[in-house]
Amino acid sequence: MSEQTLKRVDLIFGEYSSEKYKVLANTLHRSNEEILKDLLESGLRGRGGAGFPTAMKWKFTAETPGDEKYVICNADEGEPGTFKDREILSRVPRKVFSGMAICGKVIGARKGYMYLRGEYRFMLPELQKELDIYHEHAKNLGLNFPIEIRMGSGAYICGEESALFESMEGGRGEPRNKPPYPTTSGFMKKPTVINNVETFVNVLMIMRLGPEQYKKLGTTDSRGSKVFSVSGDTPIPGIYELELGMSLDRFVDEFGDGDTKAVQVGGASGFCVPRKKFKDTIIGFEGVPTGGSMMIFNSSRSMYNVLHNYLEFFEEESCGQCTPCRVGCQQLRKGIEAVKKGEKKALYLDQLMKLSESMKLTAKCGLGQSVANSFSSIVNNFKEEMIY
Amino acid sequence: MTECQSLIRELADKYGRERASLLPILQGVVERDNFLSDTCMTDIAKELDISAAQVYGTATFYSFLETQPRGEYVIRVCKTITCDMHGKKQIVQTLEDMLKIKVGETTPNKKFTLLETNCLGWCHEGPAMLINEKPYSGLTPEKVHDIISEYINK
Repeated sequence: MSEQTLKRVDLIFGEYSSEKYKVLANTLHRSNEEILKDLLESGLRGRGGAGFPTAMKWKFTAETPGDEKYVICNADEGEPGTFKDREILSRVPRKVFSGMAICGKVIGARKGYMYLRGEYRFMLPELQKELDIYHEHAKNLGLNFPIEIRMGSGAYICGEESALFESMEGGRGEPRNKPPYPTTSGFMKKPTVINNVETFVNVLMIMRLGPEQYKKLGTTDSRGSKVFSVSGDTPIPGIYELELGMSLDRFVDEFGDGDTKAVQVGGASGFCVPRKKFKDTIIGFEGVPTGGSMMIFNSSRSMYNVLHNYLEFFEEESCGQCTPCRVGCQQLRKGIEAVKKGEKKALYLDQLMKLSESMKLTAKCGLGQSVANSFSSIVNNFKEEMIY
Repeated sequence: MTECQSLIRELADKYGRERASLLPILQGVVERDNFLSDTCMTDIAKELDISAAQVYGTATFYSFLETQPRGEYVIRVCKTITCDMHGKKQIVQTLEDMLKIKVGETTPNKKFTLLETNCLGWCHEGPAMLINEKPYSGLTPEKVHDIISEYINK
């Protein structure tokens, strides 16, 4: 059993300093170059799912000229099967604020925002209290970096960075064309660093441990630990901090109910991995990346129902701005319904597959582009369930 | 000045009159009235000096910014996959039976509105629902019965 058990890590939620804000205070005395060098060394990649190297994002924004820059913490956690940011924000919110403040120093921003999803409105009073305490400490450290919390209002797409800016600017949450990227034109068209909640905590931990020690966790391509949200057919659902780079079969050994048929890695916009591929699938940037969502399905589940649920989700959450996504999501859903009912032949699935590929190529943002991930991985691996 | 206008003025004093203040103002109105009336959206437009179409455009984008009258308590049941797998249907059925309305409807006394929503982030404790902003997870028909009875008597 002991050999089978995945290594638990206690980086994100662990107590990190007996003296509060010591790491922040020490980091503020270091040069920006040193901080960026440590971040680059650490190999930290964004924890929201896309995995962009954090040091590069910060460096690009720092190098963009301008007096007005912003740091934004993306707490619009909406990916189905993800709930780790809520846990981080309720257990270690000051680590998040401190990470944001370090970012503010490095890029030269004077203001930070946290965009919290509307579904987490109940957390606001407690979070605001914690924020007031942070402001108090910041004042004692001579740090002028105020942070403000903005609420979302129930729109999955606002987790997409440029849609989030639009929303914060008072508009519809419709993604922008890229480029320009947020590093040059983000919130209020100013250079902006936007990172996931967990990324900011990782930054703080790297500042505390140093890149060498941090690098001991994970693999070459996926450094550090990751907070996983485990749900579905598992006897032990919940939040687990684990090393990156494990194989999916070891994950299933630990979390499955003994009858696991498939695991959806990375939420509805991620990939569905069938049992026969568990052994060869690595959870990390070298294999299948995830923002933390791990949904486990056992053999009693219909993968048709799973896919249908995802497609309904995307159909409703599509912002409707670009045609491939607005029409594509709907046609994919109608398409699998028609095949299931026998109104269309099984071969029609190939046509739907082509449609999802076109969406990947032509949709404006990550939402429309990633529908093909779950669509093709479910249809390819569970074709007979789509038809019969 | 109407009640709505004075609320808008209060919110605008607090959040500012820039375009970026629009979402917090809309949220403030919904928090009190449970929805945004046409008159109210026009008043917001005047207060921020933007067109009513812009206010309407923003308001209608967000699923939590209702533009039609809702009950005092808006119940949103999560319908995303893991909640669905763990018995969301029975939860909705229990709510429909207790409140004698269907999903999308409001009780005649304007106390409850029943809706379904996408992932609430309680996948490990599904099925889950929100009543206004308050989350309830690990639901069973019995548990729903107790929760709703409490609200009915409020």
